[in-house]
Amino acid sequence: MTNAPDQWPLWEVFVRTKRGLNHQHTGSLYAADAKMALENARDLYTRRQEGISIWVVPATDITASSPEDEGSFFEPAEDKVYRHPTFYPVPDGVENL
Amino acid sequence: MTKKIDTDSSRFELLTRLGDNVLIMGHRLSEWSGDAPTLEEDMALSNIALDLIGQARLWLTAAVMEEGAGRTEDDLAYQRDVRDWHNLHLVELPNGDFGRTMLRQYFFDAYHLLLLEGLSKGCDREISGIAAKSLKEVRYHLRHSSGWVVRLGDGTQESHNRMVNALEICTPCVPELFEVDEVYRSLEARDLVPAMNDLQAQWERQVHAVLSEATLSMPEITNPMSGGRVGLHSEHLGYLLAEMQFLQRAYPGATW
Repeated sequence: MTNAPDQWPLWEVFVRTKRGLNHQHTGSLYAADAKMALENARDLYTRRQEGISIWVVPATDITASSPEDEGSFFEPAEDKVYRHPTFYPVPDGVENL
Repeated sequence: MTKKIDTDSSRFELLTRLGDNVLIMGHRLSEWSGDAPTLEEDMALSNIALDLIGQARLWLTAAVMEEGAGRTEDDLAYQRDVRDWHNLHLVELPNGDFGRTMLRQYFFDAYHLLLLEGLSKGCDREISGIAAKSLKEVRYHLRHSSGWVVRLGDGTQESHNRMVNALEICTPCVPELFEVDEVYRSLEARDLVPAMNDLQAQWERQVHAVLSEATLSMPEITNPMSGGRVGLHSEHLGYLLAEMQFLQRAYPGATW
């Protein structure tokens, strides 16, 4: 392998495995443009029938939360057990819940 | 070669030609495995090689069934010498650089797609079935190779020059694609295969359009290749077979 891919942008690949399911992040690849990224994604990530739909997104267009923010972003949810449906007892006689 | 009496030799010949083309093309592409310009492309070429080798199995299996002499697809693949191979010169051309491989592939894919479309509408159910199954794969191959021809032809000065060079090497193999011999004529008459004149016209129109987009043009052909379908090959095929057949030649009947 040469260094050529270093000059191509990085793309993130999302594959939907079945109709009705969400696209899930499956990996990344290098490609010169969106068309090539889609074709490369097809060859790299769906060769064993893993998908029926592919999204490719330039990695530079993704805004990610930073690890330093982990505390303020995620920890406050830890003691909010009442946000889980299992926190509430289901009254007798309630249907379709 | 032993044959049963009522073997349809032109049908056997057609199946062998179809199988030989894709097997040799697939083997050539497999030579890129682990060696392609990028990891992504390495996978793409290996996938396409596997598609073609899979198609070769279908054609060659149908061929030995037609022959009815007890041979297997592997016998055809691994036991035949150069003169018994009936593939086109184009598919045995060495890979050269990536640009040449892509141009060769594009010429072949464009031809292959038209041929399979024609075969899939033919009146032989087994042949039309295999052709229809292969078509989906080949549409993708064509998309891949034509994309690269445009990218490289209309790319940098370096890539453009390499494509011009590739055209010089690949173009002499083009007239052979459309050669019609007695076998093909008899198959045409029975509606088993597409009319070669129409196929050629379509191929030239499509290739012209893609080459224009790639800022390339077909050079004049001064030294056309010929005769692959009747076993006349370039020196390259012998080397390819030596590698491809090595194991079965060294250890006849080996399985694992």
